[in-house]
Amino acid sequence: MFPVVHQRQLSDSVFEMGVHAPAVARKAKAGQFLMLRVDEHGERIPLTFSDWSAEEGWVRFIFMRVGKTTHQLSHLGVGDSLADVVGPLGVPTHVEGIGRVAVVGGGVGAAVAYPVARAMAEAGNEVTVILGARNKALLILEDEFRALPIRELIVMTDDGSAGEKGLVTAPLKQLCESGALDHSMAIGPAIMMKFCSATTKEFGVPITVSLNPIMVDGTGMCGACRVSVDGVTKFGCVDGPDFDGHAVDFEELMSRQRVYSDLEREADADFSRECSCHS
Amino acid sequence: MPQLDETPAEKPRHRPSRAPRTAMPERDALERARDFDEVSLGYSEEQALAEANRCIQCKNPTCIEGCPVNIDIKSFIARIIDGEYAEGVAVLKERNALPAVCGRVCPQEEQCEASCVLARKGEPVAIGRLERWLGDFDLACDLEHRCAPEVGEPTGTRVAVVGSGPAGLACAGELRRLGHAVTVFESLHAPGGVLTYGIPEFRLPKAIVQAEIEMLGVMGVELVTDVVVGATHTLDELLAEEGFDAVFVGSGAGLPLFLGIPGENLNGVYSANEFLTRVNLMKAYEFPSYDTPVWRGRKVAVVGGGNVAMDAARTAKRLGAEEVFLVYRRSEEEMPARREEVHHARQEGIEFKMLCSPQEIVGHDGWVTGMVATRMELGEPDASGRRAPVCVMDSEFVIDCDTVIVALGTRSNPLIAQTTPDLEVTARGYISTDDSGATNKPGVFAGGDIVTGSATVILAMGAGKKAAQAIDGWLSGGSRG
Repeated sequence: MFPVVHQRQLSDSVFEMGVHAPAVARKAKAGQFLMLRVDEHGERIPLTFSDWSAEEGWVRFIFMRVGKTTHQLSHLGVGDSLADVVGPLGVPTHVEGIGRVAVVGGGVGAAVAYPVARAMAEAGNEVTVILGARNKALLILEDEFRALPIRELIVMTDDGSAGEKGLVTAPLKQLCESGALDHSMAIGPAIMMKFCSATTKEFGVPITVSLNPIMVDGTGMCGACRVSVDGVTKFGCVDGPDFDGHAVDFEELMSRQRVYSDLEREADADFSRECSCHS
Repeated sequence: MPQLDETPAEKPRHRPSRAPRTAMPERDALERARDFDEVSLGYSEEQALAEANRCIQCKNPTCIEGCPVNIDIKSFIARIIDGEYAEGVAVLKERNALPAVCGRVCPQEEQCEASCVLARKGEPVAIGRLERWLGDFDLACDLEHRCAPEVGEPTGTRVAVVGSGPAGLACAGELRRLGHAVTVFESLHAPGGVLTYGIPEFRLPKAIVQAEIEMLGVMGVELVTDVVVGATHTLDELLAEEGFDAVFVGSGAGLPLFLGIPGENLNGVYSANEFLTRVNLMKAYEFPSYDTPVWRGRKVAVVGGGNVAMDAARTAKRLGAEEVFLVYRRSEEEMPARREEVHHARQEGIEFKMLCSPQEIVGHDGWVTGMVATRMELGEPDASGRRAPVCVMDSEFVIDCDTVIVALGTRSNPLIAQTTPDLEVTARGYISTDDSGATNKPGVFAGGDIVTGSATVILAMGAGKKAAQAIDGWLSGGSRG
């Protein structure tokens, strides 16, 4: 069992959780993920690290309450435990010798962007972070990003309730136009990564995207997480989760992410009826 | 080869029965195809005795050589004949830590039973069914009354076993018999490897797998789940930091192979690995009581001709599919699946589409709606010795289906090779070993699918046992440097 050692609600439906998993924490690197299972009947879901401490033996992740598993997770706090935590999995994000880089974090993708931006800054790169959310309430980790040794933090919201009004692609385009970027990275909803990829492609600025396909084992056995990159099938769990955004087939990714939408809604509806939070 | 001798040797009082081979009771095909309970019911004591009495107790039993782990078959059958069942279990356990498993899933018809003297003139002794019966006899006892193989005097050395599938479990059991401390690392949340995630409940109940593994715990094998070697720990860390004197890698099958045809990433296309893992390991057939979903197709096309393809097809049927097609590019004769599995699949209504080669999976709105295939005919023998399928011109047709399950085997898992740069692997990424299971890296041994590619449970177990002997030799100073 893996004890929960930290829990914090970041917005209405977004939560941060820390679990004691010293073997995982010791090896975690930016861009990698873990697989977790809440209990004996639970499914295995991948979540990318938002932070970790090798010394204190914990790893953290941030999740949005979207289905039964994340709903269950949102009810757990310090004193509870998860049945399983496995990792670190996936190839770490490349952070060395990049130069001037923009890191875009959209929605809960900001959780993954945080350690990536930190690692890139610590490696001596000049990092600009573009943080995006639908509105101020859904904006997460702003203070944490401000504390990083980065060049600039640009905040964008769809409704202008925080930072600038607009999409993350607007400042990304400006940075590309001004020739201020050697590389870019986008982490967030597939649709956002798709548009960030299109934006940077126009200017020939390379982009890395951190994909979040459905997984079962997460260790290179089942093939659920396959994505088409340059027309070739790759496996998100062992070849990724980072890929060249200009080569990813995002339409296919988005379609594959929806395979179980109906079943997941059904499971969460069943759970919500029994659950005390009535949310 | 030892000389064949059909005269009873040790026990003159044994008069072999001339009765035909005892059939094993099975559940009715239509009834069983609706649930996940076990298909074969196993012998009763009377049936086991009747079958055991068919054994002629050859002086030089050839069946033993047909067994990849050389179980003393003659002797365990003699114990059944004498009614000394616990002693029979002990004979099995001398060579095989998982008799209730192997009695169910070993291809005996190609191994021990193919070498049975009776097979030359008629039907061989049903060695596999007798092994299963003894294995189940053992599991039906309380834990303290079960046969616990003797554990060796502690040697003071520690061995890490990577993977708790057939290779790892056999290696761990043998190492304990030799007195070494053993820790098994499993990447998933449940032990058993392919026995747990791959082979379905209706062919190998998971309670049996867990009970056999429990005995290894009694023998002192430490089992740690949720550790991915190659990620959580590297091989070098196990040896240098975690205090292990040697490591056995039995990490098993890797990424699934796909056909490489258009449409393979449509929703509704599964690898057999994913489909079976969802159903077996994650219990998706009990969704939503268990949280993992599986897409239940109405018309399912399974591509492949091996045991995994049979398992996938029969599982799809049990999930409620109206029609399940088995699409194979050669003819039924060339199918690598066990005859028994093919027979069971047919009985359950799986429709065989032989000499068909998939060309494209077609879909609508991202979901599978059919599979385009061409007819094949058999030509000259190919490298495998089987007649090669050749495409028939203009024979394209569409199989109406909403789900495709690809069961073409696997390639190697890259995690350990990637994180152990000085470990020699083949061009295909499988770990290179010598006959004993030793790799080029001192103290590191390997066996099972990560060395040979997809094979059988018993071959992996044989490799694990053999490697345990090699590890023992290495630890006791032979070539340790």
